[in-house]
Amino acid sequence: MALAAIYSLFIINKSGGLIYYKDYGSARRIDTNDSLRLASLWHSMHAISQQLSPIPGCTGIDLLQAHNFDLHCFQSLTGTKFFVVCETGAQNMETLLKVIYELYTDFVLKNPFYEMEMPIRCELFDLNLAQVIHKDRVALLGR
Amino acid sequence: MQFFGGGSLTSVAPEVTPSPAAPPGTGTGANAQVLYVFNRNGVCLLYREWHRPLHTLDPTQDHKLMFGLLFSLRSFTAKIDPTTAEKGNLGVPLLPGQGCSFYSFKTNTYKLNFMESPSGIKLILISHPRTGDQRDSLKHIYNLYVEYVVKNPLYAPGTPIK
Repeated sequence: MALAAIYSLFIINKSGGLIYYKDYGSARRIDTNDSLRLASLWHSMHAISQQLSPIPGCTGIDLLQAHNFDLHCFQSLTGTKFFVVCETGAQNMETLLKVIYELYTDFVLKNPFYEMEMPIRCELFDLNLAQVIHKDRVALLGR
Repeated sequence: MQFFGGGSLTSVAPEVTPSPAAPPGTGTGANAQVLYVFNRNGVCLLYREWHRPLHTLDPTQDHKLMFGLLFSLRSFTAKIDPTTAEKGNLGVPLLPGQGCSFYSFKTNTYKLNFMESPSGIKLILISHPRTGDQRDSLKHIYNLYVEYVVKNPLYAPGTPIK
């Protein structure tokens, strides 16, 4: 069974700007400008995919499968998008995204010094996120 | 899976070559909803729909949007690929086969399966979100394309398939 190791995490605000990017083991780290470009690109493509739906009520791309990786995306009701790049065939990514969303609401949105739609600079968020990812990794390696 | 009947394409010589065998496990093809075939330059060679309740845009806009989406998505996946060490360039047109390419994406209402041949022919199949891996079906369709379209001496490459 493939390890559900994630390679990176991106959080995009409702206008498409990148507000958080964390790399967990890609072959090369994407530099800041490129990560901003990729985030905006994803935001637009998510929107276009809704236009191309043959059935009404499409909410955008949930899963993108490529040859070397999978990309899982979660969009909250407010339009904030969370997406993870992970190994092909990774399981339980939706749950992980929901957990990250919970951490976001707890440590970022409830932080009185955080301005909406700005890059996330909350220590507690980073800390708890690292714990969750590490726990996820250890749990899988332990099996 | 019969996507287009043999009689809809004209050919000079009688059919001597047998049809490529359908991959095992394909049912009646009831899951397919829409099929697009594009060539390298974005010309839509074939568009078939079997079940499409919603049309957001007129056909030419729809084709352009679809092609544009796939073009950008390929550029995106080549760049965001975490397993290669080389720095790809965003915005540079990619050759078929260059960089990591995606083969499917899923939304809550549809699933899009994509295949690109080495010659740049792009096959897109839109189906129900619960459909399994369609890569073999797309290969089968591509084989049909090669058999009946490319080998047809009356067919001019780059024009829509009749």
